[in-house]
Amino acid sequence: MSMTHDLSSLVLAQGGSDWITFDVDSFLNQFWDNTIDGLSYGSIYALVALGYTLVYGVLKLINFAHSEVFIYGAYATWFTFYGLGFRPGATPDLPLLPLIGFLLLALVAAMAVSGGTAVALERVAYRPLRKRGAPRLVFLITAIGASFVLQQILFIWRGGNPENSIRLLRNDEVFTIFGGSVTIVTIITVVASILLMVGADIFVNRTKFGRGIRAVAQDPDTATLMGVNKERVVTLTFLIGGLLAGAAALFYMMKIPQGASYQGGFILGIKAFTAAVLGGIGNLRGALLGGLLLGVVENYGQSLFGGAWRDVVAFALLVLILMFRPTGILGESLGKARV
Amino acid sequence: MQRARLTKVIVLAAAGAISLSACAARTDSGSGGDSGAPQAAAPSAAANAADPAGDGKAQCSPVSIAYAGTINGANAALGQNILKGAKLAVDQHNKANPGCQVKLEQFDTEGTPDKAPGIVTQIANTQNIIGVIGLPFSGESKAAGNIFNSAGLVAVSPSATNPSLAQNGWKTFFRALGNDNTQGPAAAKFITDELKASKVCVIEDDSEYGTGLAASITKALGAKATCQDKVKTKQTDFSAVVNKIKGEKPDAVFYSGYYQEAAPFAQQLNDAGVAAKFVGPDGVKDDQFVKGAGDAAATSYFTCPCVPADQFTKFTDAYKAATGTDPGTYSPEAYDVATILVKGIDAGKKDRAGLLDFVKNYDGQGITKHFKWDAHGELAATTVWTYKVENGKIVRNTEIK
Repeated sequence: MSMTHDLSSLVLAQGGSDWITFDVDSFLNQFWDNTIDGLSYGSIYALVALGYTLVYGVLKLINFAHSEVFIYGAYATWFTFYGLGFRPGATPDLPLLPLIGFLLLALVAAMAVSGGTAVALERVAYRPLRKRGAPRLVFLITAIGASFVLQQILFIWRGGNPENSIRLLRNDEVFTIFGGSVTIVTIITVVASILLMVGADIFVNRTKFGRGIRAVAQDPDTATLMGVNKERVVTLTFLIGGLLAGAAALFYMMKIPQGASYQGGFILGIKAFTAAVLGGIGNLRGALLGGLLLGVVENYGQSLFGGAWRDVVAFALLVLILMFRPTGILGESLGKARV
Repeated sequence: MQRARLTKVIVLAAAGAISLSACAARTDSGSGGDSGAPQAAAPSAAANAADPAGDGKAQCSPVSIAYAGTINGANAALGQNILKGAKLAVDQHNKANPGCQVKLEQFDTEGTPDKAPGIVTQIANTQNIIGVIGLPFSGESKAAGNIFNSAGLVAVSPSATNPSLAQNGWKTFFRALGNDNTQGPAAAKFITDELKASKVCVIEDDSEYGTGLAASITKALGAKATCQDKVKTKQTDFSAVVNKIKGEKPDAVFYSGYYQEAAPFAQQLNDAGVAAKFVGPDGVKDDQFVKGAGDAAATSYFTCPCVPADQFTKFTDAYKAATGTDPGTYSPEAYDVATILVKGIDAGKKDRAGLLDFVKNYDGQGITKHFKWDAHGELAATTVWTYKVENGKIVRNTEIK
């Protein structure tokens, strides 16, 4: 995609297939639809972003393998549905109670698999390095390597095709806000994500375990001297990040049943990481804000400039915000003492 | 060896998935009544179609031909259909001709323009490979075509349809089907005449194939192409595009790209209550789309410069016996291409220059069509068929004339 290509298609554009459009009409007409869909997808970003932010806050490590922690949850969801006897094809009509039961079962499975993957990753890839006092760059390269290893395991096991779509619930409209349609999956995703994030916030800021996490984030050496078990705190941090990513994976699979693909976590992971930086990496509430903002702005950008501009808009927003607030919208906070 | 075993596992898994999906709880019966014309009869194979077995007396020094294309990468099903078709022809040839054993080597480009040049260079440097079946996709063909040309290695694509591929002056490029300057107008004709659509949204991906075909159909639709938008390869959430289409209320949506993105896109359109008919080109026409799109698949149509294999009974029976599945999109075309290459070897061509010359001057009937290429590597006579979904399977619909 060279610039000359773009310019030539601008010149040759016929019937509106320009390289960039300023489609104010559809931006205004679909404003609420795009806002609601953006919030729904943004909640998924936010849940995954929490995993990046927590680990960064405690270890100053960008855990690039977190996108694979997420996609393992998506596979767990798919296998749960498959194991319950559902097959690709038309969406079944389930009575309410079994439906809730199945979804909760998938939630537990996805959270368990993602949480387990995150903890195992920490044990196998990061802990040995920490014991030897490896420099930070080594952790970063290990994270990227671990990401590839986890991805290739899926590829060798399941192949290049995404798993065929299985879903238990049609994504039907429930009500509208200002003409924007709100679907059942959107409601579940947004409500459950906010509950989970509030839960994570309370856990970190109000409980004894959370105090340990904050203590290690502020000053690992002093925390150890004060009797905090640093290794246990690190495991706990990876576990929470993994559990939230697993929940995100279920909501993602309800929204996009074709999502279980070996590379399927990559772009979403990058976006979630962007969301974490946007809100202020190391800051829990920042991850929520960053995720929602990114989801919404991506949709606005596509609607205004055309679908090809999705990623450009997302990263332009990141650059813009970092220009004025280098530590993100809410700043780094997990490592700072709060009075 | 490892790769071959892996392929086997994937093929088995795919076969398993197909047999499982066949007993899915609820499959909507197709929407046969929606299309104006009744289902057209499938063409039968010409009696004089070239047979890879030949007379069984061929003698040759051991040489190789290669399949290059996606085997395990994105949209792998499209590549595997081709690989299996080609393999069938080579196996039939080798079985019938003990004096001439041709080896079919396999190279996985993963279907991407950034991986293909490296793999093709590797093939070009393997001197005993004298002909290539591939590359399947247009983007990778554009990226790697010059390498084949410099190596003087004939590469016949069974499926790459981007029109500009034939205009690069490559002496080694041939394709076994019509290009998108045929498919685009044909698809436009089908959408307006048979589906009776007067407002059509054309959505393209960012591949060479998707953008080229979208330009062709948009031009052919003229004023009836009322909205356009672009999506990206590997995109899974299409809410912004879906909202735009919802606002436009078109009669039909044409998705110019591959099945991997088309499946979630079609499902999200369907969920949003967009009643427009969903039409996809050859890159979408695969069982993987039907299985991926869920409820949305039952009302989808496909256009394809590929010929339905239903009546090529000799070929389909052999294919089923060898692979356990029905032939897929472009399996028969790949079979034809491999047949032409082994015919050349049987005729005594034992180096790249000889086989290139043989293909250039080839004039003969295959199971899908008559093969005689012009100076650009394009065929004279090409056809475009439409397909639809019935009982969870892709079946032929009509031939667009």
